[in-house]
Amino acid sequence: MNLKDDVVQSLSQAVENVFSTMLGVSVVPGPVTFENGAPDAHDGVLSLIGLAGNWAGTGCVSCSPVVACRVCSHMLLTETTAVNEEVLDAVAELTNMIVGCVKNDLERELGPLGLSIPTVVFGKNFRTKSAGHAEWIVRRFHWDSDTFEVRVCLAPSERAVALQPHAVGPLNQVGV
Amino acid sequence: MESDVLVVDDSAAIRKILQRVLRQTGMAIRNIYEAGDGQEALQVLDRQMVNLVLTDINMPKMDGIQLLAAMKGAAAWRGIPVVMVTTEGGEARVSEAVRLGAAGYVRKPFTADQIKEKLVGVLPAAMLS
Repeated sequence: MNLKDDVVQSLSQAVENVFSTMLGVSVVPGPVTFENGAPDAHDGVLSLIGLAGNWAGTGCVSCSPVVACRVCSHMLLTETTAVNEEVLDAVAELTNMIVGCVKNDLERELGPLGLSIPTVVFGKNFRTKSAGHAEWIVRRFHWDSDTFEVRVCLAPSERAVALQPHAVGPLNQVGV
Repeated sequence: MESDVLVVDDSAAIRKILQRVLRQTGMAIRNIYEAGDGQEALQVLDRQMVNLVLTDINMPKMDGIQLLAAMKGAAAWRGIPVVMVTTEGGEARVSEAVRLGAAGYVRKPFTADQIKEKLVGVLPAAMLS
């Protein structure tokens, strides 16, 4: 198995674990896709967390306002029908837990990784761009009739490459 | 014996969940205070004596490890059990927290039972009855 497979497996386990433990619901993973370049324009809620260390990247959760409200309602046991600060905070914490689980799994392979404080965006027709050029690993999940997407990009950081040019390689070339 | 608890997390959602979970543990709780980071937590501790602190690690301004170190370095707060509740599961972070005197470590995501189990191992029986 290579690192890309590990990320996919860890991501899926993390999402299922966080949803079942913190929300008490089951989600069903959909197919995995790999994307290069800037993602399409977003509508809804997008939550981002940075990863840093010898490898650096970003983890994010994107969902519709309906799914964001459902996350908040299940997590906090309150009825929420509109995106507000509490909803954004719940989605941010959900992202923190998912990406944190992935980080903890990958640290065994990649060494210590740091996790940033989450940033959440809510709006219509907005675009995001990561300064890196890494490929995005994207997995869509089904929650009843709703869907949401979790994506991770990760690449050797410039600092690590400069220090140890042979220690790290592209995502699909690092074996376990 | 009724206890006062301080919950420290930059996520209001997690603070709310932990409050709910604490009320389900069987602890006789008088007050649950909240803080959004380590600095706020120290301000609360300056004003209120508490019997237990639950804290996240990754927080702005002052993180949970810095808060733990500050508490263990102050005679008035040294004896308060501090349980880390965090996504940070890296060996180095856990070891650092244990070395600094954390009474327990719970990884997010968590269940109410996991929190309760940890508190049973950390708190005197009188506080749990």
